[in-house]
Amino acid sequence: MDYITTVLIKNGLIVAFLVVGIIMYASEGLSKTLTNKKLPGSAIAIFAGLVLAYIGGVLTGGKKGIADIPQLSGFELMGGAMFRDFTIVSTAMGASFAIIKKTGLAGVVSLFVGIILSFIAGAGIAFGMGYHDAASITTIGAGACTFVVGPVTGTAVGATSDVIAISIATGVVKAILVTIGTPFIAKYIGLNNPQSAMIFGGLGGTTSGVAAGLAATDPKLVPYGAMTATFYTGLGCLLCPSILYVLVKIFFP
Amino acid sequence: MLVRGVALLAGCFIIGQLTGETLGRWLHIDANVGGVGFAMILLILSQNWLEKRGLFAKEMEEGVLFWSKMYIPVIVAMSAIQNVKMALSSGMVALLAGIIPVVICVAMMPLISKLTKHES
Repeated sequence: MDYITTVLIKNGLIVAFLVVGIIMYASEGLSKTLTNKKLPGSAIAIFAGLVLAYIGGVLTGGKKGIADIPQLSGFELMGGAMFRDFTIVSTAMGASFAIIKKTGLAGVVSLFVGIILSFIAGAGIAFGMGYHDAASITTIGAGACTFVVGPVTGTAVGATSDVIAISIATGVVKAILVTIGTPFIAKYIGLNNPQSAMIFGGLGGTTSGVAAGLAATDPKLVPYGAMTATFYTGLGCLLCPSILYVLVKIFFP
Repeated sequence: MLVRGVALLAGCFIIGQLTGETLGRWLHIDANVGGVGFAMILLILSQNWLEKRGLFAKEMEEGVLFWSKMYIPVIVAMSAIQNVKMALSSGMVALLAGIIPVVICVAMMPLISKLTKHES
């Protein structure tokens, strides 16, 4: 029986293609039969992915969700940053450059508003939950931006490793929430056109969350949301350990 | 022909990633600043450029479209490798700090949307 496992591990990426294909097929079926297509198949499939990730974490105690199960390790490549970014870029084919230019300024505003508001809210919660030193408050505030900004900031300002772990968890909670929540709130916030998708990308920021949330809402909006979201993590890594940290230090010396 | 489209996409992707990494280095931060965005703009511009010269064949487009259709499956795989267990088990701080800021930001959305309408 060992040779079966070996074959699956050796062809990890192909196994991932097969398994994801089955998940998507089953999700389309569920979407049709259970929800009368009200909930898109892609939203169900993404949610199923998160459930699998949880199961993987419980079974193996690892950090990479389902990819910690050796036979399914190909998920790490298929769902990793390389394929994610490559496919996001490909969605730009046919996107309108005119709209991107027109919404550019609002996109930039949304980036700054998104980062600063997330930081302040996250920092406020850290303070309320008993963290009273500048490094911890800054790191958890940065984690409220994305799960990359948190650890980058935490390392820069010298936060303890448990605080850095919390900031990563904060960012992952955010990504999951945006993934699941976007299709449900889309109509209440007017998320139905390229302009609003760009603003949403700037406010939401978390590339994985925004990308997955928009995919479940309307795949046509993906390139526009991704366009602004891609600047979010970089800008967050720029602002959090510098200006925002200095500001926090004024209040908590 | 098909592979030319894939190569065009790959070229834009690599140039975009390099631009993002370079920008990150200039700014002295350990992150890629807008790599995906630069790659997307490059792809849109090069597609227009090729189309104007009649060099953009239908089959080339298909090479790119395949990947854009693979986008949702890749996102499903991405969801499946998140550290969901850690996120759900690391206590109230992570849960609250992960949820409340998002709600506040999303609430700002109609306000910023108005900004575009006034400008355009």
